[in-house]
Amino acid sequence: MLRAVLERLRQKRRTVPFPAEPPSLPDRLRGLPVIDAAKCPADCRHNPPCAAACPMGAILPGLGTAGTPAIDLGKCLFCTDCTAVCPSGALTFGRDHRLAVRRREHLLFRGEGLKLAEALEKRTRRLFGRSLKLRQVSAGGCNACEADLNVLTTIVFDLGRFGIEFVASPRHADGIMVTGPVTENMRVALLKCYEATPEPRIVIASGSCAVSGGPFAGMPESHDGVDALVPVDLYIPGCPPHPITALDGMLRLLGRI
Amino acid sequence: MHPDLIMSNGENVALADVPVLDLESLRTFLVGEARGGGRLAILCGIPGNSPDRLTILAVVARDGAGILRPVLSEVGERYPALTPDLPQAHLFEREMAERFGITPVGHPRRNPVRYTVPGALDPAAPARARPLPGDTDFFRVDGEEVHEVAVGPIHAGIIEPGHFRFQCHGETVFHLEIALGYQHRGIEAALTGPLSQGGRGFGRVPHLMATAAGDTTIGHTLAWCGVVESLSGTRPPERAGLLRLIALELERLANHTGDLGALAGDVAYLPTLSFCGRLRGDFLNMTALVCGNRFGRGLAVPGGTGFDADGHRLAELRGRFEATMRDVEGAADLLFETPSVRARFERTGEVSRETATALGLVGPAARACGIARDVRVDHPCGMYGRIRARTSTWPSGDVFARANVRRLEIRESARLIRTALDALTALPEGGIQADGPPWPRPMRPESLAVSLVEGWRGEICHVAATGPDGRITFYKITDPSFHNWEGLAMALRGLAISDFPLCNKSFNLSYCGHDL
Repeated sequence: MLRAVLERLRQKRRTVPFPAEPPSLPDRLRGLPVIDAAKCPADCRHNPPCAAACPMGAILPGLGTAGTPAIDLGKCLFCTDCTAVCPSGALTFGRDHRLAVRRREHLLFRGEGLKLAEALEKRTRRLFGRSLKLRQVSAGGCNACEADLNVLTTIVFDLGRFGIEFVASPRHADGIMVTGPVTENMRVALLKCYEATPEPRIVIASGSCAVSGGPFAGMPESHDGVDALVPVDLYIPGCPPHPITALDGMLRLLGRI
Repeated sequence: MHPDLIMSNGENVALADVPVLDLESLRTFLVGEARGGGRLAILCGIPGNSPDRLTILAVVARDGAGILRPVLSEVGERYPALTPDLPQAHLFEREMAERFGITPVGHPRRNPVRYTVPGALDPAAPARARPLPGDTDFFRVDGEEVHEVAVGPIHAGIIEPGHFRFQCHGETVFHLEIALGYQHRGIEAALTGPLSQGGRGFGRVPHLMATAAGDTTIGHTLAWCGVVESLSGTRPPERAGLLRLIALELERLANHTGDLGALAGDVAYLPTLSFCGRLRGDFLNMTALVCGNRFGRGLAVPGGTGFDADGHRLAELRGRFEATMRDVEGAADLLFETPSVRARFERTGEVSRETATALGLVGPAARACGIARDVRVDHPCGMYGRIRARTSTWPSGDVFARANVRRLEIRESARLIRTALDALTALPEGGIQADGPPWPRPMRPESLAVSLVEGWRGEICHVAATGPDGRITFYKITDPSFHNWEGLAMALRGLAISDFPLCNKSFNLSYCGHDL
């Protein structure tokens, strides 16, 4: 017992001060992409190599500000295929962890003004603002998204201090948090879980797979994301989203950021 | 005829040189190898054009000798199953039956593996209905006081889906049958299809490898890199090799540390649960320090690594690593020195060495049954040829053994990382990509490549074959979990059902790695 106490003292308090203070993130974090219109060559824009290099078709030529490419953050896997082929260094990944939005179309990032998630409507916010119980459903997730949601419950992020908790049954839940592209074999289970969650309920799609199908988009066993089956209230992009990105999205949804 | 072709991990051979045996010779060969210390690394069908015959490939790993022996054979639509003579073939044969519509006559369980659209040898055969996931005739125990418990697919925690069906007598589990397939995403089919092209040469393949089992991103990506590099004759530079070794060991450390914490949680020992929850993340953050992603996405690429670490970054990594290791040791010491924890771990979920050998278990699950089996030691590839790993075993086969093997492996991984960091610091900076033309490079036509990696759960086996144009026409993945799920089922026999969570966590197998 004494040893446990001594070890506890030695290992110190480890809960991050987020959101009161900015999070500490790796310097190489691949967060919100940065498209420098001044550097993006005009002769490159009609057929940009970044769009050709993207295995997900997430880069849409000409749809960004001033004719630069736009990036569908819902499809983006935050790999480096596009930045590696950009001849001028106009396209890079920034360190901004804030990526979560309320509507799928808001993930079409044109280079500026990402419309970050707004808080829930008055009634649901009154209900869930101080206590949100979520049932997590993995529907084809690769266990990276799951692991980085699990980590929110550790002492580092201490999700409980925000009144948010993952619960064991949809009957106890105010909403579901789905990871994975929704495989055909999980379709029925997901729908049953959704139906078993009492109304009003919210749905959070966490990770590129849950948002758009991710690397499995268009494949025969995939349903290309949660909103093909149930309406989604919060989209959190990333492959997988950094825990801080997911936490930031959830706190925005509750009007806490 | 006795096949004489041998190869080693990361090599490729001409398909024409692979010995072809008739089915009975194959059976004799495989059973003989299993008796002599060999085991099935993979058994799979190779899609062909014949409407009534299927070519099958077996790769036997002889761990002591460090050799791999590939053999080909052929089966018809119905063939006498290998499983009655070779239990470790059981899931492989079920997978072939599901995928190709063949019938292994005499196989004790022929349920689907992935509950996908049933395949057929003959493309003109009428389509069969897709089964509902988990809808199968479970093995049942009859008796007045016997009852069934069904769990899943959705479980109570933040865990992947799978269905467990227990046959119980009171609290005691007579039998557990595990039905998976809920995570099936069709990865293998996509690896040779149109999605494998375009982009920067490999289409979506790197991402499919990274997500085959996302907690094993580095392991599966390295196995794929091994295949591609073997077939294209590419040798990654030393610096990249060292970075890869560090990444793979960090992945092992993160997951083993997380598992020790979760095991502590399952016996309600909260200090180690809390400590390890944080420490696991610290290891993930070290991976992110190198590549920006906590799971190592984009870190290993064919020909080398996608990221380098200069002296300053290496010093930062080493500092964080040593601080974290001190805390991991402290957290593990507490766990293992607490009598109430020992009482719950010891003699719970025992698997005998004989069972483990018969089922062909791999990784910590096998080593916890006293079987010295570790790809890093037996079939070293890349930097493991120079920085030699040592196998960590424990003989008791119970939850304690599986926990203790992880603790021993944490120390061994730490030793390997320190050695690699020393070597890396002494190397001149730069040079993380092999010289050569841009990817995809020409690959050796009509060849077979086998790549093994010791992931944190055990042996990851990737097998590929190329066609006449050097393009990959066949690709097969075996996650360690594919070998090991049946080990969990056997561990539950005679155990109280309330010990299932603890036992399950002591294996901590991958659902998506199995389902692919």
